[in-house]
Amino acid sequence: MSTRTIPMPHFGRRTLLQGALGGVAVSSLVACGDDKPTGESGGTVTVGSYQSDDIPKKAFAEMMKGFTKGKVEINTIQHETFKEGINNYIQGNPDDVFTWFAGYRARNFAEKGLVGDISDVWNDIKGMPESMKNVSSDANGKQVFVPSTYYPWGIFYRPSVWKEKGYEVPTTLDAWMTLNEKMQKDGITPIAFADKDGWEAMGTFDMLNLRVNGYDFHVNLMAGKEAWDGEKVKKVFTTWKQLLPFHQKDPLGRTWQEAAQSLLKKQSGMYVMGMFIDQQFQQTDAKGDLDFFSFPEFDSAIGAKVVEAPVDGFMMRAKPKNEIGAKDLLRYLATPAAVNITVKADPSVIAANEGAEQGGYTALQKKAVTMISEAENISQFLDRDTRPDFASTVVGPSLQEFVKNPSSIDSICSKIEQQKKSIFA
Amino acid sequence: MSTTTKNVRRGEARSGLRIRPQDKLILLLMGLLPTLLVLGLVWFPALATVVLSFTRWDGIGDLSDIKFIGAQNYVDLATIYPPFWPALTHNVLWLAGLFLVFTPLGMFLAILLDKEIRGTYFYQTAYYLPVVLSAALVGFIWQLMYSRDQGFLNWMLGTSIDWYGDSQINLWAAMVANGWRHTGYIMLLYLSGLKGIDPGLREAASLDGAGQVRTYWNVIFPVLRPVNIIVLTITFIEGLRAFDLVWVINRGRNGLELISTLVTANVVGEASRIGFGSALATIMLLISSVFIVLQLRVTMKED
Repeated sequence: MSTRTIPMPHFGRRTLLQGALGGVAVSSLVACGDDKPTGESGGTVTVGSYQSDDIPKKAFAEMMKGFTKGKVEINTIQHETFKEGINNYIQGNPDDVFTWFAGYRARNFAEKGLVGDISDVWNDIKGMPESMKNVSSDANGKQVFVPSTYYPWGIFYRPSVWKEKGYEVPTTLDAWMTLNEKMQKDGITPIAFADKDGWEAMGTFDMLNLRVNGYDFHVNLMAGKEAWDGEKVKKVFTTWKQLLPFHQKDPLGRTWQEAAQSLLKKQSGMYVMGMFIDQQFQQTDAKGDLDFFSFPEFDSAIGAKVVEAPVDGFMMRAKPKNEIGAKDLLRYLATPAAVNITVKADPSVIAANEGAEQGGYTALQKKAVTMISEAENISQFLDRDTRPDFASTVVGPSLQEFVKNPSSIDSICSKIEQQKKSIFA
Repeated sequence: MSTTTKNVRRGEARSGLRIRPQDKLILLLMGLLPTLLVLGLVWFPALATVVLSFTRWDGIGDLSDIKFIGAQNYVDLATIYPPFWPALTHNVLWLAGLFLVFTPLGMFLAILLDKEIRGTYFYQTAYYLPVVLSAALVGFIWQLMYSRDQGFLNWMLGTSIDWYGDSQINLWAAMVANGWRHTGYIMLLYLSGLKGIDPGLREAASLDGAGQVRTYWNVIFPVLRPVNIIVLTITFIEGLRAFDLVWVINRGRNGLELISTLVTANVVGEASRIGFGSALATIMLLISSVFIVLQLRVTMKED
């Protein structure tokens, strides 16, 4: 197995050569019959990976070593570069298998015919819950994605601080507001908040919408089927406006890591974030002093049984050079044995496969498992649940505008709706 | 027949030059290749951008998926795209900032350093250092200065100003960070020009009784015309291509919108609003053209 790091877009000599050889292989096989899978068991499978940081990169290589039915060649691409270049990558000469995200973000490529149908791989997968199958399926019910790990979003806090001050986990909006006021009296900023990069506040928006309007409305809103300037979305913003005075001031210049620091330094009491916040606690004295709870209930008719839990995993390119090998690899990647290695290296995620080793889970990971198993529905994240052009060029900046001018909800909502109509047209 | 031959022969003898077929070919290639390169690398992409700006396309799939939608993109960006007008204003402010503050500052520093003051090399290096740093690094360095919670500025001033996050302030903060780099660049350029001036000119001016300021304005400045034009051109270029630092800070959002960052935000990455992004790029092309024409006219006129 070899690992090579290449920049994007990759038109390396080797890649071109491989492409040419692949083209020959494909064309020679086409003569044999249209749907015959290419490649063979035991051949080489190329894998494109965005796991470019040292620790995940090592874990990724280790995981691939466990694949016995063939050779794996990993092409590591810097994480952000991979995401930004995905359209060129996937249309050019992508690797047989590559890392990606579940939800609309995966389905979109399936609809364009850029990724392969792996429903037959799913027939052999054991231990994946139904919710995982749903987020891995395209609009026609075919599977196009293999989940590996995921992590929940929630409200994080330091139990030691809460014990000292006698705070209790709020289960309703009223209880949450009371707690916020109490914290403010104690000289603590109730809710740490950052939105410098435009995605952080999407987590808060998602959770508020899921609690105020429920899962079905959220899904339809993300699909462009509901009005952003309607009363329902406005209610989300008015609720948020009510909570905003309890948020950390000036979030637009703050990175999520800086907001996490304020929680770490006990300046803030709570923080709406993904479980990856644990990475900020790992190397400190406060390691292990981190817990979280699900967003409280706002409306008893809606409940609080939806959890936002983005899933990371793998997809296969359309017409891979080595289809049999790629599918063998995907079968392996879905197994507990493979995911155990990833989860061990990064304790801020949990395994998608229920059969994975949970004995070594931290308290945080165990809690995440419980919370998700009790969930009625799982949403991904705003930028994974809707069109990427809408999420990044319209919703992100609009949420920043709201945080800046919470009094102009009406004009913000109508501008989002106008742009939505133009983009979804 | 014979006369023609004679004429040719005479001509040959007179000029000593005869264009042989292979020379013709070389001349043709010398003319053709650069033309093709310019057409292919400059004019074709520019025209393609203009054409694409009238379409809707997500950059995926065949060219046949491109849908022509008339001027819809232009209507959209002027009416329902909130960052557009702020971006236009910010571009003008950015250019004005460089032109009115940082370029004159760089020239002024060069004049001071030209006086052979003590430690001149130290100052030269100190001012020039930021020029060799990448925008990513400059952005990072200033993040350390500007960070609201952990930054040096707020720590020193005892304030909690949100330098990068407050949309009333962050453009100015970014302009200072960019100006830090620009000033050094202009300083070095201008200093090299000043060093090349014949000392006799200054002596003559001072013998005629001109003070330092007057010597500069009436003698040095006019003599440095070629350098002045380079400085002017560089300021224009830097102003128009303003992008990288702002992109590093917050991807050009929340008070830091520039046309260039809007183009990138729409075209690069998963967003891929190729048509809409092209419309923004076309507007940038128009603005640049206006400045280029203005500048060319100024330059040519003085010739």
